[in-house]
Amino acid sequence: MACKTCELFDSGHRACGGCGAALAARLVTQAAGPESIFVSSTGCMEVFSTPYPETAWKVPWIHSLFENAAAVASGIEAALKKQGRKEKIVIMAGDGATFDIGMISISGAFERGHDFTYICYDNEAYMNTGIQRSGATPYDASTTTSPAGKCSFGNNRPKKDMPAILAAHGAPYVATASIAYPADLMQKVEKAINTPGPCYVQIHAPCCTGWGFEGEQTIAIAKLAIETGLWVNYEMVDGKVTKAKKVVRKPVTEYLKTQKRFRHLFKPKAQDAEIAVIQAIADRNAEKFAIDIKLPPKKE
Amino acid sequence: MMEITEGSHAVAEAVRLCRPQVVSAYPITPQTHIVEALADFVANCQLDAEYITVENELSALSACVGASAAGSRTYSATTSQGLLLMTEVVFNAAGMRLPIVMSIANRAIGAPLSIWNDMQDSISMRDSGWLQFYAEDNQEATDLHFLAYKVAEDTTVQLPAFVCFDGFILSHTYEPIDMISQEQVDQYLPKYNPAEKLDAKDPISFGMYATPDYYTEFRYEMDMAQKRAKEVIAKYGKEFGTMFGRDYSALVEGYQLEDAETAIVAMGSICGTVKDAIDEMRAEGKKVGLLKIRVFRPFPSEEIALALAKVKRVAVLDKNISLGAKGGATAIEVRDAMYGSATTVKGYVLGLGGRDIRKKDIKEIVSLCEKGVGDQFYGLRQELI
Repeated sequence: MACKTCELFDSGHRACGGCGAALAARLVTQAAGPESIFVSSTGCMEVFSTPYPETAWKVPWIHSLFENAAAVASGIEAALKKQGRKEKIVIMAGDGATFDIGMISISGAFERGHDFTYICYDNEAYMNTGIQRSGATPYDASTTTSPAGKCSFGNNRPKKDMPAILAAHGAPYVATASIAYPADLMQKVEKAINTPGPCYVQIHAPCCTGWGFEGEQTIAIAKLAIETGLWVNYEMVDGKVTKAKKVVRKPVTEYLKTQKRFRHLFKPKAQDAEIAVIQAIADRNAEKFAIDIKLPPKKE
Repeated sequence: MMEITEGSHAVAEAVRLCRPQVVSAYPITPQTHIVEALADFVANCQLDAEYITVENELSALSACVGASAAGSRTYSATTSQGLLLMTEVVFNAAGMRLPIVMSIANRAIGAPLSIWNDMQDSISMRDSGWLQFYAEDNQEATDLHFLAYKVAEDTTVQLPAFVCFDGFILSHTYEPIDMISQEQVDQYLPKYNPAEKLDAKDPISFGMYATPDYYTEFRYEMDMAQKRAKEVIAKYGKEFGTMFGRDYSALVEGYQLEDAETAIVAMGSICGTVKDAIDEMRAEGKKVGLLKIRVFRPFPSEEIALALAKVKRVAVLDKNISLGAKGGATAIEVRDAMYGSATTVKGYVLGLGGRDIRKKDIKEIVSLCEKGVGDQFYGLRQELI
């Protein structure tokens, strides 16, 4: 059961000031409550929260490897079942662990239908190892393995659609959330935890170091992602989109301009064609999830 | 109760009697009969376990890691490529000190692809921290599972364990097995109840990362646990003998070794062939004996040195090869155990990828050893080289 007054992800960990993932961990542990077991994959969060002999986790927590959190959780679920225990199992894994290296174990675990909640804190690149591109890196983001250069605008592929992939596995509840909307995030995590079967929540968690912005801007930037339609907060129940956050959309440039990973789109000169491609991604999102709030036409 | 049964089925029956709560495995030849039998036990309520049909071996052992950390007795089985695919978890499970027991139906490693027997798979995991037991026959393969859980779960050890038995040669062979009863197993192997587990009532963190200030001591503790396991094996192996009449207290076992001039050192099912060959050589007046290694990790260096103290020469048989080194792993380690003694140690790499080894081969190896010829592959087809 959720405990909104509990601090189950303690202060004193080694995350950067303004880390979106650390805030996600705090909110998710509160939504999950103390009767939970957390499983982490290798990644930034695992490293900044558990330098032996210290741990930030006040709930039982396990980390095994990079690619196997879903399989480890499968085993925990089986063990709890046999022991007649009722703790909820929550996985906290980054986007690299989720979209890329852990894909097989996630697919297997979701197909088998274990009762757990898989949270992906999505900071859109391998931040622990130094900002390398992952399958979650957005179009044209410059990373250390997809650098913008004289003949490159950075990452040349859009984000993999993980929520759709997991919905296709028959996951009863799939949602996206953002650290900029904590009440919505916690509600979704709670719902996922209380829905039997494998559920998935993907949380947009800006990374000040990896994206290139000041730590105090984290929430504002997460909000802009929603307001431009480049990130959509939605829910899928039994494979159908049931809810999506509506917005009065702003142009994508308002989001892109805030981060160094996109600065090559503006300097030394504006790359209008590339920006148009990104705007088209936002437009497709808006259409797909029907998020646009139509304002009444201005009077002449 | 004595029954004629297939090796894999006997192993599955032993595992069932150990009452694991979570079984997680992925099918691979020649391990399949074990996991099929376990699935059948679960389907027929003869084993009260969760059987997780994972999508590959890496997840098979990962699920065991989770289940074991959550406080359940767990089991898996694999071989060859499957063991290699789970390598990262093999090392991880040992580092996390989780007493998982896994059967290895020993098989060669590709390329070239081979489904047949040798020991390259489990031997290649010798530095992983897992205890490694090797069975000569199916009775031993069966019994070693009870012992493996007992030793692995002992609080002074807390390390996972392989029970290795030769693929096909043992796994698919019918032999008479004396299967101990559930009551007897329950008496020998109590319910698994670890002091530390994933538990909301007492939250702890498992699998944290260690800086250079801490890492070395974790590895040292693992090494100490391996070394302590020798005494624990002796204790519980003896207890098994007292209760059921088959004593497994010795990590190495001699056969006709007392007055032997030439000793063969071997592991696994080949020991049966070696014993037959020794009987024939003895009849011809040759003083030959066998030292069988039952436990490869912890490696019984002192026991080997003591057992071989009086022999003139040693022929070590290896169904594995440490490519680029001086022979197979057993020969290298036996030579290390014998360092400083006047005894000659020669290694013979043989039986790779399922090539049959017969009594006449053993006799020929003894003659080669007597001539001082060794540290080589045995039985190479020269026309193919």
